[in-house]
Amino acid sequence: MATKQDMLDLEGISVEVEGKEILRDISFTISCGETHVLFGPNGSGKTTLLMAIMGFPRYKVTSGRIRFAGEDITDLHPDQRAGKGIGIMFQRPPTVQGVSLQQMVSICSHDTLDVEGLAEELNMDRFLDRDVNSGFSGGEIKRSELLQLIAQGPDMVLLDEPESGVDMENLQVVGKAIRRLLQKDLHRKRMRCGLIITHTGYILDYVEADVGHVLCEGSLVCSGNPREQIEGIRKYGFEECMTCTR
Amino acid sequence: MHALGEINERARAAVDKPAAYGSDIDLGQFGCEAQECAYVERLEDIEDLDADELARSGVDVSGEERSGSFVQVDNTIVHRKALEKGVEILGTREALERYDWLWDYFWKAVPVDTDKYTADVELNPYEGYFLHALPGSRTIYPLQACLYIKEPRFVQRVHNIIIAEENSELHIITGCASEHEIDMALHLGVSEFYVKKNAKITFTMVHNWVPGMDVRPRSTVEVEEGGLFLSNYIVMEPVRSLQSYPTARLSGRGATARFNSVLVAQPGSEMDVGSRVILSAPECNAEIISRAITQGGDIVARGHLRGEVKDIKAHLECRGLIMDEGGSIYAIPELEGMVPDIDMSHEAAVGKIAQEEIEYLMARGLSEEEATSTIVRGFLNVKIEGLPPLLEREMQKMMEISEESAF
Repeated sequence: MATKQDMLDLEGISVEVEGKEILRDISFTISCGETHVLFGPNGSGKTTLLMAIMGFPRYKVTSGRIRFAGEDITDLHPDQRAGKGIGIMFQRPPTVQGVSLQQMVSICSHDTLDVEGLAEELNMDRFLDRDVNSGFSGGEIKRSELLQLIAQGPDMVLLDEPESGVDMENLQVVGKAIRRLLQKDLHRKRMRCGLIITHTGYILDYVEADVGHVLCEGSLVCSGNPREQIEGIRKYGFEECMTCTR
Repeated sequence: MHALGEINERARAAVDKPAAYGSDIDLGQFGCEAQECAYVERLEDIEDLDADELARSGVDVSGEERSGSFVQVDNTIVHRKALEKGVEILGTREALERYDWLWDYFWKAVPVDTDKYTADVELNPYEGYFLHALPGSRTIYPLQACLYIKEPRFVQRVHNIIIAEENSELHIITGCASEHEIDMALHLGVSEFYVKKNAKITFTMVHNWVPGMDVRPRSTVEVEEGGLFLSNYIVMEPVRSLQSYPTARLSGRGATARFNSVLVAQPGSEMDVGSRVILSAPECNAEIISRAITQGGDIVARGHLRGEVKDIKAHLECRGLIMDEGGSIYAIPELEGMVPDIDMSHEAAVGKIAQEEIEYLMARGLSEEEATSTIVRGFLNVKIEGLPPLLEREMQKMMEISEESAF
């Protein structure tokens, strides 16, 4: 049962993609101001979970409910979920021909933002006139996605491997932007919450996480301290998670 | 006497000659009579036309930020005036009477016996504009021209001659439109462009017709050494049939032509539209870009590049979106290389809007409908190199107005 502080509440959701079950009976709750991370081997269903939370039609919730800020959003479209305060950072966003990054940021912010200033901070000002994602490098895609998300200002942020394809120099910029997005410097007043998929755990050097979840073969096998989890995974691999009975 | 006799004879021989492309139109079904409209000195005094309708075609009745205007209703010139030095605006017939030398340009770029439509323009009463940029002249603002059809079942015949003398620059906005109530009418438009050495013409044309209109433009552009011709052509409103295949001949070293077309075919519209560039001097450049969207109509999108000499560069890009069942897009890009050492390429793609693009925008808060229209507008948003900022803004404005009604 969701309490007042709960932002995202997954209640036993199973998800299928094109008729194939990918996720089984996933339950956890993210409270206001919390950041959770999601670990798991390739193909374990991490991205599927984020896509299902955002409500993309390809990812069909076959059982269970998704609640956001106390409201059942299981049957809402992605734009309606965005309207409720959920935002997502895509790992491989599509190029939209003729639609500039500037336009995307304006769409996200409803034209209420100093786009140039924000873009400069993220070192993306040179890209504002370019078609969004067209010819962007790995790091540029991440920065572009974060720029859009900061403009959107969602209460709940879904980040799909924010560090993948990013070099060390950019990792710092990306890490800083995520801290800002998740209000990490606000401490008690922090309201924003996040769910971050990470393969390497590098992002944890920049963003403190409160809870970690390990996903294996479509099931949640472990929830706990993310630092301990990543250390264990680095040492023993995900094999251990699958047999771990803790 | 000029070569009128010979021109006439050639026209007569072509009265039954069908066009190379597009459906054949029976010219006998149209009438010829239209009421004369009064000439007005000031553009804003034109009473016969709806200012909004003109604005939708890019014609600003205030005349602000324009270096001159030309307005033809049916076959009457109701206004023509140049406001800046260095440019001249006349009716073509009037200009031919005034300038003997103009006969050297008359039916020279477009052969009078091209097909029955060019012949028909010559053999019947016609009007049209003569736009002339004097050597070295550079107007700040574009010239605007409007060709308007009021009379139902009328054939509007237009013969335009546009000359940019050496080192001059000429920017033209042309809007073609018709009364909403017209059940059928035909627009035949011959345009002969001459871009002299190191001159530049930009030509932005919006067609804003009604479902009963048939339209057959016939245009050829001659570009001399170092000359530049840029064309922007926008058709988003319904039309019964439209067939057009303008050709640019680059005959001087370093000449450039760029054609940019945006076509939206509504249900019942049949469009066969292309651009052709013949590169026959070294260091010439050509680019043809077309964006076609069908919402139920049929589009043939042609493009033809012919490289006749070495050291030329040419590219053709043709993209189509099919939004609704029942519509079709047939993209026909053609490259013709006659010698080695040329650089010619094309890309063509026809498809539907990618679902992942729609979802990407929905995740940012747009509804499915808003996302689709944003993607469509982006698809049509082609940046054309070399367009002055003022014209770029004008073109954006025209696109927005057209898009508002189309999507």
